[in-house]
Amino acid sequence: MKLTEQEVRYVAALANLNLSDEEVAKMCEDLGEVLTHMEKLNALDTAGVEPMAQVLSEAGETATLAEDIDRPGIGNEAALANAPLSGAGFFKVPKVIERS
Amino acid sequence: MTSSEISSLTVARVRQGLAGREFSAVELAQEALRFAEAENPKTNAYLHFSPERALAAARRVDEKLGRGEDAGVLAGVPVAVKDVILTEGVLTTCGSKLLANYVAPYDATAIISLEAAGGVILGKTNCDEFAMGSSTENSAFGPVRNPVAPDRVPGGSSGGSAAVTAQGTAVLALGSDTGGSIRQPASFCGVVGVTPTYGRVSRYGLTAFASSLDHIGPFARNVRDAALLLQVIAGRDPNDATSAFAPIPDYTAALDGEVRGLKVGLPREYFQGLASETGDRIAKGVETLKRLGCEVREISLPHTEYAIGCYYIICTAEASSNLARYDGVRYTMRSPRSETLSDMYRNTRGEGFGAECKRRIMLGTYVLSAGYYDAYYLKAQKVRTLIARDFSQAFEQVDAIVTPVSPFPAFKLGEKLDDPLEMYLSDIYTITGDLAGIPCMSVPCGRTSAGLPVGMQILANHFNEAGMFRLAGAFEAAGGFEG
Repeated sequence: MKLTEQEVRYVAALANLNLSDEEVAKMCEDLGEVLTHMEKLNALDTAGVEPMAQVLSEAGETATLAEDIDRPGIGNEAALANAPLSGAGFFKVPKVIERS
Repeated sequence: MTSSEISSLTVARVRQGLAGREFSAVELAQEALRFAEAENPKTNAYLHFSPERALAAARRVDEKLGRGEDAGVLAGVPVAVKDVILTEGVLTTCGSKLLANYVAPYDATAIISLEAAGGVILGKTNCDEFAMGSSTENSAFGPVRNPVAPDRVPGGSSGGSAAVTAQGTAVLALGSDTGGSIRQPASFCGVVGVTPTYGRVSRYGLTAFASSLDHIGPFARNVRDAALLLQVIAGRDPNDATSAFAPIPDYTAALDGEVRGLKVGLPREYFQGLASETGDRIAKGVETLKRLGCEVREISLPHTEYAIGCYYIICTAEASSNLARYDGVRYTMRSPRSETLSDMYRNTRGEGFGAECKRRIMLGTYVLSAGYYDAYYLKAQKVRTLIARDFSQAFEQVDAIVTPVSPFPAFKLGEKLDDPLEMYLSDIYTITGDLAGIPCMSVPCGRTSAGLPVGMQILANHFNEAGMFRLAGAFEAAGGFEG
């Protein structure tokens, strides 16, 4: 199995990931090879098998719920400290809505 | 202290030195930092050092000792931390160009526990980008060299933590394991590496890769030190809803226990086609266990052949979701050449992620995309149930399971980079433990004729870390590490 360029570009767009033409070509091969291996699972009958979404659930149903207590967050300054661009207490980004 | 004294320190030796006033914690931290900085160019195992934090922690230890107080079980012990674990005020890059300048705003719970027990964090260790890889060659900051054989990889993704432990530039290290990222590098570098039961150690502050599979765990040069470190970081944490309530036994007390009559299973699926030096070393290790009085028997884990497919569906699906947050807005670098928000996301991620992260984001997005969810992710979760069931059935017959960690010892830098599927297939023996969520560890088990370390894996049932350490400790005491 080999993915088409079109399929790879579609998935890359879903993932908000820019890929170069060379990367797209390599992804067609690499993803196809791994997906082919993954398809081995289809040989297995899993009718009636519950999916395993998490490992352990020995705790009671409510034990993992946190108390509803107000706790301080890390604060505006610390939250913005690693931002590539910020101002007036906000993250700044390029324009979201394009004018025609 | 001489270099060889520093590089062979144990927790017990640090304790003795502090108690006998041979050195203070501050003096030890200074010497350990000097040694680690001088040795680091040989391996590139540390990405950055944290001298201020280390000396502050060491001062607290000295003050407590000066007042005659208990300074903690890891008092003054130099520790290294994989750079995917958050350390407040210290760079936490995850081996990624995207986070090259990221200074964590809070501490992971494991870090708080480590320092509360007197541990002294020397610095952060190199790893595959966002912990994705089996060789540490996927780091944006250059690969790590194996201290045992500098032309070879240290394994991955916690290659830096394994390397500093082997090199002696830290006494202990923290790593993270999603599909073998602690045990495989431990085996390649000849040290002890432990993946605890899922939920035994809080994941709060561990950068998420695949949340249903991620663990934090210890590296050490002997079983006792690994057990001590796990003791310190284990426990329920309200900040991680998946952390476990189960009581924590005294792990080091378990080390003195008897292993005579312990039932050890060898899964036949793991030994098929293992005609190699690795296989020979493991066979010798099994002989040692028999000599200790363990009852060794063959068992079967029938769904093993589906594990790689199952694992790479689940881990890439979860990774593609977790890595969506690196978008150039809040904490990553940002591509400068973007007019619109949407371009900015795409360019930042395209320029920032390395090849392996891109591959996994793409695979994960593909298997989760409309029309494929049932065929891939849901199917894999069902197969995961079958794999976990294999183990619970096996643990009705045996107390522990023993296997190789990796089909081969450390390979040459660059040797496997071009073939992602082959790299994925090499994780076969380690991913099953993560899928089942059971505790597992790698212990040294001799070397190949070329002098490369081989690791033996011990797996136990959920929350039976004590039993796992008991077997590992007996194996070590019987000379099993030397082969």
